[in-house]
Amino acid sequence: MLEIRNLHVRIEDEGTEIIRGLNLTVKDGEVAAIMGPNGSGKSTLSYALSGRDGYEVTEGEVLFNGVNILEMEADERAASGLFLAFQYPVEIPGVATMNFLKAAMNSQRKARGEAAYSTPDFIRKVREASGRLGISMEMLKRPLNVGFSGGEKKRAEILQMAMLEPKLCIMDETDSGLDIDALKVVSDGVNALRGPERSFIVITHYQRLLEHIVPDSVHVLYKGRIIQSGGKELAQHLEANGYADIIADAA
Amino acid sequence: MLKRVEKLTQAEEAMLAAAARVPASAGRDSAAGLLRERGLPTRRVEAWHYTDLRNLIKGFPGPVESESKPEVEAWLGSITAIVPSARLSFLNGRLVAEDAMPTGVTAKAASPATGFRDGPDMVGILNTMFATHGIEIAVADGAQVETPVELLHGMAGEGAAALRHSFRLGAGAKAVVLERHVSRNGLASHSNTVTDLEVGDGCELLWLFAQEEGEAATHLSQLNIRLGADAKLTLLLLNAGGTLVRREVDIVSSGENSELSIRGVNLIGGTSHIDVTTVLQHEVPGVTANELFRNVATERGHGVFQGQIRVAKEAQKTDARMACNTLLLSDEAEFSAKPELEIFADDVQCGHGATVTDIVDEHLFYLRARGIPEREARSMLVQAFVQEVFDDLEDEGMRDALDARIVTWLEHHG
Ligand SMILES: Nc1ncnc2c1ncn2[C@@H]1O[C@H](COP(=O)(O)OP(=O)(O)OP(=O)(O)O)[C@@H](O)[C@H]1O
Ligand SMILES: [Mg+2]
Repeated sequence: MLEIRNLHVRIEDEGTEIIRGLNLTVKDGEVAAIMGPNGSGKSTLSYALSGRDGYEVTEGEVLFNGVNILEMEADERAASGLFLAFQYPVEIPGVATMNFLKAAMNSQRKARGEAAYSTPDFIRKVREASGRLGISMEMLKRPLNVGFSGGEKKRAEILQMAMLEPKLCIMDETDSGLDIDALKVVSDGVNALRGPERSFIVITHYQRLLEHIVPDSVHVLYKGRIIQSGGKELAQHLEANGYADIIADAA
Repeated sequence: MLKRVEKLTQAEEAMLAAAARVPASAGRDSAAGLLRERGLPTRRVEAWHYTDLRNLIKGFPGPVESESKPEVEAWLGSITAIVPSARLSFLNGRLVAEDAMPTGVTAKAASPATGFRDGPDMVGILNTMFATHGIEIAVADGAQVETPVELLHGMAGEGAAALRHSFRLGAGAKAVVLERHVSRNGLASHSNTVTDLEVGDGCELLWLFAQEEGEAATHLSQLNIRLGADAKLTLLLLNAGGTLVRREVDIVSSGENSELSIRGVNLIGGTSHIDVTTVLQHEVPGVTANELFRNVATERGHGVFQGQIRVAKEAQKTDARMACNTLLLSDEAEFSAKPELEIFADDVQCGHGATVTDIVDEHLFYLRARGIPEREARSMLVQAFVQEVFDDLEDEGMRDALDARIVTWLEHHG
């Protein structure tokens, strides 16, 4: 699914290198969790993968189903099946959530040479997906994320993910801001999307999310590199012991 | 005092020569005298600081041929409606077609009473020099007029035309008016339209100004409003055309407790210069005014907003707010905003804010990360920015029609 080789990323304005020789392979159907201290570069990695301007790749390659996506625009990457659930979804005044969803879905379908959804088909799909995630249709008439609570924003991200049916979902701290019940609802939503053809990179600080979305692999990101990889028990180890010993081992 | 000009420009000479052929009247003579003496205003005249008319008006084409031809009338007839209306069509400064007016409304062609204000009222001065025709409209007291009355002004020749209308809304009346201006593309027409509007006590009026003239057109217009007590007035403005545009709105609140809402969108592209100047004069207590403009300036467009709010000593409990937000989409585009508050009462709430921004990168990335291509994403964000102005319009048909015009404009200038 995804192969990252010796990736180096720096912030264009600052010149500082944040991702410094990162290697990671995610197989088809795999759920890979990435954990790591604040500021280690998790969000930066997610932005670099999704093609955000200002995050300059200076070295390395990223193969997404065999295609080097680093040359592609953000919207092309999305249309090819990459999805980023943002750590901090932005509020966009004036753009109704529904219209945005429809534009996103149909832009992606157009880019892939598929027919656009008709309005009734689209509405049916939104109703189903939002029902499962406990999002009211009323909320979808409002401008995108504007005035949504922290938890509502995260749910809305997962709704978009469910609608767009990506191949690779990068979820950046989707659990932060969710209450206990919402965490369950969102996790169920994610688990329903799991399948042999779809992979996930789940960025989180807490073992709690990984009890609901059980990962196949866990990776520790520190100062722009993966310094340790393991199974789900690695997350339990981190929860119990923190990062200190793993960082010390890597040094 | 305003300085005497040494030498007239070519445009000023041409204006005076053309005015000499208009039937004389006392007002006309004094207006022409003022132009001869002071010339067109330059940036040194405060009210014209950002619109240096003397430099911007390079020439004056003389009066447009007012004889109308079937082909040209057909063009005017083909201008699409914003909402279904009772239409009065003016072509090159003459009334050429009129629908039956709704019950309670009378319209009659008139030789207007012209005039201008003290000070550098150049729109009024030029109008007085040239306007010999116009329409007088009266809405009867208490009439609840459902069908909008449309004043469609079309220019279809390389020339100038001026009109002076008067509009009276009787006490307790309710109406919708569409003041529209169009011109055939590519023609260097000059239009000047002044409307004197009297809004009676307890009226509810929605007045839409939509200026969509061609890319070579010069448009000067003025709406002078006297607002009665307990009235509700909504002014909507859309500027989406013209090469040189100055729209003035002057409102005197002379009755207490009226509610005034002004919402405008200025779309400024190409090399056009679009100026909206509003003056709100609060003379009595308890009037609420809310003014919101959203502007998009792109290519080499230059936009101007001057918003003056004057609150007289007697006008306690005035609540006046003004906001002007601009999206600048190119390095060569420009927008100048000048809010001015002159407050002589002590118990008032007045505020204003002007911002100039670019599209927010985070917004653009969010949309693109969902698969929306850059061009489309930008256009969505620009639309969202301006369409908010018309969001709470009750008439959905009107809102959709205005939105559609914005979208079309953006497609041509995006
Ligand atoms: N646009 C930017 N400009 C300047 N510095 C940046 C920018 N983006 C990220 N950084 C810096 O890069 C480093 C990594 O940030 P990043 O957001 O990727 O961390 P993170 O691992 O996601 O942290 P957290 O767990 O707190 O979300 C930090 O030191 C941050 O300050
Ligand atoms: Mg982060």
